[in-house]
Amino acid sequence: MEPMQQKSVTAVNRSAWLTRFMTGFLWKLVRLVLLVGISYVILYPIILKISIAFKDKQDLYNKTVVWIPKNFTLDNFKLVLQVIDYPKVLLNTVLLSGGTMILQMITCALAGYAFAKLKFKGSNLLFILVVFTILVPPQTIMVPTYALYKNFDIFGIIELFTGKPGINLIGTYWPFIISSGLAMGLKTGLFIYIFRQFFRGIPKEIEEAAYMDGAGILTTFLRVMLPNAVPAIVTVMLFAFVWQWNDTYFSTLVLINPDLMSAKVATVAGQIASYLATEAGMVTSTGNIDPFYLSMLSNTLILLAILPLVVMYFFAQRYFVESVERTGLVG
Amino acid sequence: MARTRLTQNQRKGRMGILFLAPWLIGFILLFALPIGESLRYSLSQLEMTTEGMSMNFIGFDNFQAAFTQHPSYNRVLTEAVIDMVVNVPLIIFFSLFSATLLNQKFRGRGLARAIFFLPVILASGALLGVEGGDILQNVMQSANSQQGDSMSLLKSFELERMLIESGANESIVSYLTDAVNRIYEIISRSGVQILIFLAGLQSISPSLYEAAKIEGATGYEAFWKITFPMISPLILTNVIYTVIDAFSSSQMTVLIQDTAFRTFQFGLSSAMSWIYFLCISIILFIMYSLISRKVFYYD
Repeated sequence: MEPMQQKSVTAVNRSAWLTRFMTGFLWKLVRLVLLVGISYVILYPIILKISIAFKDKQDLYNKTVVWIPKNFTLDNFKLVLQVIDYPKVLLNTVLLSGGTMILQMITCALAGYAFAKLKFKGSNLLFILVVFTILVPPQTIMVPTYALYKNFDIFGIIELFTGKPGINLIGTYWPFIISSGLAMGLKTGLFIYIFRQFFRGIPKEIEEAAYMDGAGILTTFLRVMLPNAVPAIVTVMLFAFVWQWNDTYFSTLVLINPDLMSAKVATVAGQIASYLATEAGMVTSTGNIDPFYLSMLSNTLILLAILPLVVMYFFAQRYFVESVERTGLVG
Repeated sequence: MARTRLTQNQRKGRMGILFLAPWLIGFILLFALPIGESLRYSLSQLEMTTEGMSMNFIGFDNFQAAFTQHPSYNRVLTEAVIDMVVNVPLIIFFSLFSATLLNQKFRGRGLARAIFFLPVILASGALLGVEGGDILQNVMQSANSQQGDSMSLLKSFELERMLIESGANESIVSYLTDAVNRIYEIISRSGVQILIFLAGLQSISPSLYEAAKIEGATGYEAFWKITFPMISPLILTNVIYTVIDAFSSSQMTVLIQDTAFRTFQFGLSSAMSWIYFLCISIILFIMYSLISRKVFYYD
């Protein structure tokens, strides 16, 4: 009697173990399918662009060529580089994105720290205004912003001295410097929000210990708080850089013919068309250009435009993901 | 003691104002004044004259013109609003789902995360807009699903038929199949949201799950009773982020910009953007009041 009972118990155990194993396995399978599927959807456009960029013109009309080019070529890249001064555009974009990134980081860290730790009467009200700036669509203040930079003047001071109605800053890079230096750039309210949440999460004891040791407020901020805020800094820097890189709204608003990556991507089709037209000896008409070929070239340029970002991302990604997890992005 | 404490606080307050100074100047100069100006524009008739601009107060005529005279404003506005109302729940749901998925332990998690966050850097602004109108890409896409039309129709048509036959509500079915068809758009717009949710999931203390496990809760129960309430404040954050993120990709942006700088109707353009802003505020307010009732705050 006894051994039989024992046997059935192990059988029950085994079947329970089997069901658990099966559900676990099934879930793993479903998860794998989902992850691979979604990754494919995300990577698909990039893979497509790479495939297009290396194709030869004649592959476009070859039905047997879908993904892997038959005539592997770098002609597309060469041609795009002829139309566009890529190194110059790249340098401009990197300098602009990097510059605004650093300025925004400084001003937003200061403002975020003030909102979190250096409270004064009315600072909560001011923070509500920060949230308000996030929520207002930038288009609402588009026309006045343009007018502002067209006749730039700080509360009428410049007019007082020179007698002219301000300085024309349209077409220069000053609007970027001014707006990011005064923490009013692209989505800057969000950065202040991130910094504030992060600094709020740093225990009060650390701050107080610094004061006890005789550090002033500025020293505490620079030597104690900022080194602790690296995750928030990395997050803000990446967002600031990338959003400036991809922005067309502000750069087309204040620059006349921006030599920036995002603007180039938006207008490249026309430029390539006219280049090809002059190449072929047609002066006025661009109608004879093959639209597929044109599209192939603009795809190549898009690839070139996002390439630096992707490279940067794959180096910074690990650090970035970890940082965001430790940031006070969490309400 | 009390006195030194007070002065320290006062000193902190003063430093606070100093730290805030750049932002405050920026706020007044680059935000408060322009927004007042924009309100004034929207109520006036602006004309370019030889000595600059002249402004006549005309009341709400611009607002009326936007609705009754402009050929496409109504359509674009409705589309933008519907787009927002439809997309926000989908994006929130998808990003929450992906974040839970990415929070689990499995081999290759680092790679999966790297890929899932790629839209954060790629899918903003110009690139997305260019992608949509690309001929070659579309051609290749349809060539790829070999049998051409029949194949691409099949993907959601079959699903739709199946769901309707199983007795589901028709409008829900069409919403879901629509979501399936726009999966790329949804995925590419939920990078930051996944990030925020994932950060939230990481901050939930494991002891809560351990306690629940000892009490005999299943994974399903643990999700709804622990995970969901704990990250519910972030749902609000994400809704707001999704809404403001839609500004940059909306057709509305183009229309407002064109009205101002192509046809030089500055007043009309300002009025348009104010109406847009009001619509968004109303949507946000409704969403906020709906969600904040359910939100759970730990402290």
